Amino acid sequence: MRGTVLAIARRVGQRLLSSIPALLGVVIITFILMRVMPGDPAVFFASGPSAGKAEIEELRHKMGLDKPIPVQLVLYLKDVATGDLGRSLTTGQPVSTDIRRRLPASLELTFTALFIALLFAVPLGVTAALRPGSPVDHFVRMLCTLGVCVPTFVSGLLLIYVFYYLLGWAPDPTARIDIFAASPPEITGFYLIDFALTGEWAGWWAAFTQLLLPACTMALFVLAPLARMTRASMLSVLGGDFIRTASAMGLSRTRIIIVYALRNALLPVLTITGIVFSTMLGANVLVEKVFSWPGVASYALDALLAADYAPVQAFVLLMATIFVMVNVLIDVLYGIADPRVSVE
Amino acid sequence: MSATTRHAMFVLRGNPVTALAATGMTLVVLVAVFSPWLAPYDPIASDVAHALQPPSAEHWAGTDQLGRDILSRILVATRLDLSIAVSAVGLSFVIGALVGGFCGYRGGRLDRWVGRIVDVLMAFPLFVLAMALVAAMGNRVENIVIATAIINLPFYTRFARAEVNVRRDAGWVEAARACGEGHLSVVLRFLLPNVLPAMAVQISLNLGWAILNAAGLSFIGLGVQASTPEWGIMVAEGARFITTGKWWLVGFPGLALMLTVLCFNLLGDGLRDILDPRMRT
Repeated sequence: MRGTVLAIARRVGQRLLSSIPALLGVVIITFILMRVMPGDPAVFFASGPSAGKAEIEELRHKMGLDKPIPVQLVLYLKDVATGDLGRSLTTGQPVSTDIRRRLPASLELTFTALFIALLFAVPLGVTAALRPGSPVDHFVRMLCTLGVCVPTFVSGLLLIYVFYYLLGWAPDPTARIDIFAASPPEITGFYLIDFALTGEWAGWWAAFTQLLLPACTMALFVLAPLARMTRASMLSVLGGDFIRTASAMGLSRTRIIIVYALRNALLPVLTITGIVFSTMLGANVLVEKVFSWPGVASYALDALLAADYAPVQAFVLLMATIFVMVNVLIDVLYGIADPRVSVE
Repeated sequence: MSATTRHAMFVLRGNPVTALAATGMTLVVLVAVFSPWLAPYDPIASDVAHALQPPSAEHWAGTDQLGRDILSRILVATRLDLSIAVSAVGLSFVIGALVGGFCGYRGGRLDRWVGRIVDVLMAFPLFVLAMALVAAMGNRVENIVIATAIINLPFYTRFARAEVNVRRDAGWVEAARACGEGHLSVVLRFLLPNVLPAMAVQISLNLGWAILNAAGLSFIGLGVQASTPEWGIMVAEGARFITTGKWWLVGFPGLALMLTVLCFNLLGDGLRDILDPRMRT
């Protein structure tokens, strides 16, 4: 047992170490992109169009923009290494503070969406695999084909139209909670958890209904790859010898499907979930914009349109880091679920 | 009839959806070519007296906030959206196939470096990278093309590299070399043409993705100027009116996007059935 834990730890360490060059590349590319961006942030943030040359020069000096780009890069890398991500010019706050405040909103949305997607995708995929070629199978295939064709910003807006305008079931699709309602005390930053912890169930329900539409929008977007993978991997597992043995030994069908087949079939689904998660990080930008969701993606987008470097750089670095972490986590989970993988 | 055509006909007969997708695709291309003549109204002429009108016999898809005919705008936008996607995917296909092909053939230091660059690109959330690229290079349509091409590049490079790599030491490649073909010609005339069918499937699937991507970029306000007829920006402008029930501003451009992407994807699946029987689902 202790050996396994050690092996896993070594594996995690190796994977993290080997991802450092890629992360460094991400930081450098983002930095360069932000520096060649047209528009001078010093001019943008000078007191007004009438700002004198001297004032702009002073701002440039204060922001370190008057140094050569390689020097700026080295300074930036040093700052990042010490955890200083710079200061946002639009909000006036340190970027790390802004991101810490906004990250829970994005994560709550992404995780809820992933949960909803898995909740539907796995049963759909399994049902389709149990009866290949049946109407159910064709229905699932059609759903998957359509699912990847609808851009998230269109499906989000249409959901708003149906559930807010036509049916009136959903609350006003802006922000995480009604502007007149009190937000929960800041504990974890996840509204659903915070409301539950303080026992304010009315607030919990308000936050939940607000979250449902954006989460469903994103879930629709990732339903297809998850369901498709579940179907494919379930099909190949169901054809295995051990399934035949199990049914020959007279085990019940439910038991065979759920205990023996599904558990084995979920491994490839796990891998796809990792990939899906990283696409969701990108798709967040569009969904957060549609629903005015105060997450990190909309923060980065606003900063990008205002030529505010620091938040964009921090956001890209954060997303890349989360991406790497998720991949390592999936790797470890895979190793635990299927010990044969970690042998090599 | 050659064996390939016969095989294609055989597969198509069993899969009418592909034929349907091909027809749809042809229609989209025809619209893209002839849209200026097909559009019933001027796509940029505003008519404030008839703003925000729901679909009617006069305006089949309604009018937008400036009274512009939505159907005309959608038809005219087809050309722009399609050419962005086609040129982006074409660009990344050519570069990716060449770079990946040579890396897979030669291996060594070049291969390792390219592999590392690809790893870095793959570590980005791709849509965010595209956003940053367009913002950095300037808000122009060409830059949407370049950004979309760059985020597609890793897939083509990896794909071409892997496919060429497994064939590198095949008998017929050895034979070509033994006949005195240079390395350049072995890659260009022998290896890449063999990889092409598998890549064609990728291209078709990627085109759909590229269209969604470009529309997403213009939806957030990057790349295309606001007055230009383009599906993503039409959705973005219509978004303001969705909470007051003006669904046609978003619905019709959205439908155009969806149907086009659907055609590309179904065609990709069909192509895979025809070209690569091993992958058939």
